[in-house]
Amino acid sequence: MNVSIEEQTRTDQATTLVVSGEVDAFTAPQLKEKLMPLCKENHEVCLDLSQVEYMDSTGLGVLIGAFKQLRSQGGRLILKGMSPRLKRLMQITGLTEIMDIEDGA
Amino acid sequence: MDQVKDVIELTIPAKAQYVGVVRLTVSGIASRLGFHYDDIEDIKLAVAEACTNVVDHAYKEVECAGGINVHFRIFEDRLEIVVKDEGRSFDIRAVKERSGPIENHLPFTSIRERGLGLHLMETLMDQVDIHGGNGVVVTLTKFMQRDEVERNVDSPAKTESHR
Repeated sequence: MNVSIEEQTRTDQATTLVVSGEVDAFTAPQLKEKLMPLCKENHEVCLDLSQVEYMDSTGLGVLIGAFKQLRSQGGRLILKGMSPRLKRLMQITGLTEIMDIEDGA
Repeated sequence: MDQVKDVIELTIPAKAQYVGVVRLTVSGIASRLGFHYDDIEDIKLAVAEACTNVVDHAYKEVECAGGINVHFRIFEDRLEIVVKDEGRSFDIRAVKERSGPIENHLPFTSIRERGLGLHLMETLMDQVDIHGGNGVVVTLTKFMQRDEVERNVDSPAKTESHR
């Protein structure tokens, strides 16, 4: 029941983070702590979610927070590699409509 | 027919680090009953949302956090999960009015980061009942599909038909 967040690539403008494990009420604060400062410094943040085994509304809340932060600076949050499960949650919550989702990891 | 066959009970402290334990437990029970993968994932998530709500809201104004009591009630045709706390009650109607998917016609700054939990529970489960009073009781119900009921080999009728 853990999450791990690895920085994959970093350029002046964009950073890619690989998130793996379970994002729930216990681990979501760790994701938030790592993600929010990056969103403030970067124009573009990409999250590779292909290794996320579980995510609930607390995790979605962190994604929404990051999305809002980047948008307020004219930046962009990109989500990629989502499992069919995660895509379904995004669909149910209406997030598919507002977020940048790319297929493949 | 509509009698509860078995009840499993679990009480955890109302802390985020234990919600995963309830998730694992319900996953074990649902797979034992023969639910399909997607249904098990739906149930896991809905139960986690109910428990997370307790962690976030129920014991906010009380000095020491209490517990979350979860009953897994197994019926012939369904699994019922009852999540109870003894914390602060809340205005159920107001919460229900706030519940729903993100509306994309609103400006992005007004998108809320919380409050998706109840909407997810209602979408993923067949029935969701919430009762307030001394604490909150959330009852989540998922029905088995016909082939899942048949795979639930614990049923006495099924055992006899094999002989």
